[in-house]
Amino acid sequence: MSSSPSGGQPLAVSISRGRGERFDEFAVPRREHQTVLDVVTEIQREQDETLCYRFACRVGMCGSCAMIVNGQPRWTCRTRVSEAVDRKGRLRLEPLRNLPVIKDLAVEMTPFFDKWRDAKGFFEPGAAPPQDFVKVAPSSPQRQAADEGIECINCGVCYAACEVVAWNPDYLGPAALNRAWTLVNDERDQGQGARLAAVTAAEGCQSCHTHMSCTELCPKALQPTYAIAGLKRLALRRAFGRKPSPDKSPDQSPDRQG
Amino acid sequence: MSAALFLAQRLTAAILAVAVLAHLVLIIAAERAGLTAGAILARTHHNLVLLAFYVVFVVAAAVHAPIGLRNVLVEWAGLQGRGLDLAMAALALLLLGLGLTAALAVYAA
Repeated sequence: MSSSPSGGQPLAVSISRGRGERFDEFAVPRREHQTVLDVVTEIQREQDETLCYRFACRVGMCGSCAMIVNGQPRWTCRTRVSEAVDRKGRLRLEPLRNLPVIKDLAVEMTPFFDKWRDAKGFFEPGAAPPQDFVKVAPSSPQRQAADEGIECINCGVCYAACEVVAWNPDYLGPAALNRAWTLVNDERDQGQGARLAAVTAAEGCQSCHTHMSCTELCPKALQPTYAIAGLKRLALRRAFGRKPSPDKSPDQSPDRQG
Repeated sequence: MSAALFLAQRLTAAILAVAVLAHLVLIIAAERAGLTAGAILARTHHNLVLLAFYVVFVVAAAVHAPIGLRNVLVEWAGLQGRGLDLAMAALALLLLGLGLTAALAVYAA
């Protein structure tokens, strides 16, 4: 199939195959408003049914279709071909970096979620949740700090974008630390001691180099870099022996809004 | 990097930012004034303020540099473990020894 309903040359697509052993070349008809996920799906349905990739919702809600598109991790369902092609109008698709490849474009997400667990990225209700009831004002600085990072859907784009994870595979990574930051700012949570110990351990927030690739590329426009900066401040308070209370001054955080 | 190393590196970075600037200003001022080596040593002789300044400078550098180098070796060369820590401790002692020797020599000259 080489004709393009929208006219012009078909789209040249290179796709990493197996576990990165080779790239296969495909030609796909150009279509109006075509997304990268549309292209991958069309290749699998029309040209090579052995192509392996992962997707679910197709509308930017599930975060499962992230891949490396022309060198950048992106959600393929929300990336139009027209905005992603290189100067010669080509697409090069690879699996997410920093995660084991299962096959072709599908990666194993277990290490990613293991780090969420290691960073204590889960709510700890304590022994008697009904007695620990806390009123959380939506306008409180802590609630607003948590709000800024709460919309993460675990797509792994930031993790694949992080150079520090690439250098040091034990580093917890931006997603897990961002999740920990939202919980640090949760007044109801009863597991702060263990969480702070986890995120300030050797592979925790101090390893971040503030390259900001995570913040630059997050499809949800979250700011993991600033969440990690908040954790670093807590780490310093902890090192000085001060009570590691969460950031009370969100006004001091950088201006950029998600 | 542990929280203790992180803290030590940030604190020494703050000291070094001031110390390096002061050191450069001192060098440039001495050079522009046309001072000879002998004239400089005459001014540093038994000067406790300069000695204290350079001792702080040397200690900060001896702490800061090995932590940074350790981080580079961990991330870029994949090194880790007790051997790396001992090597970095040895580097810290070397920097400290050489630096303090120089500072004391200038003070006593």
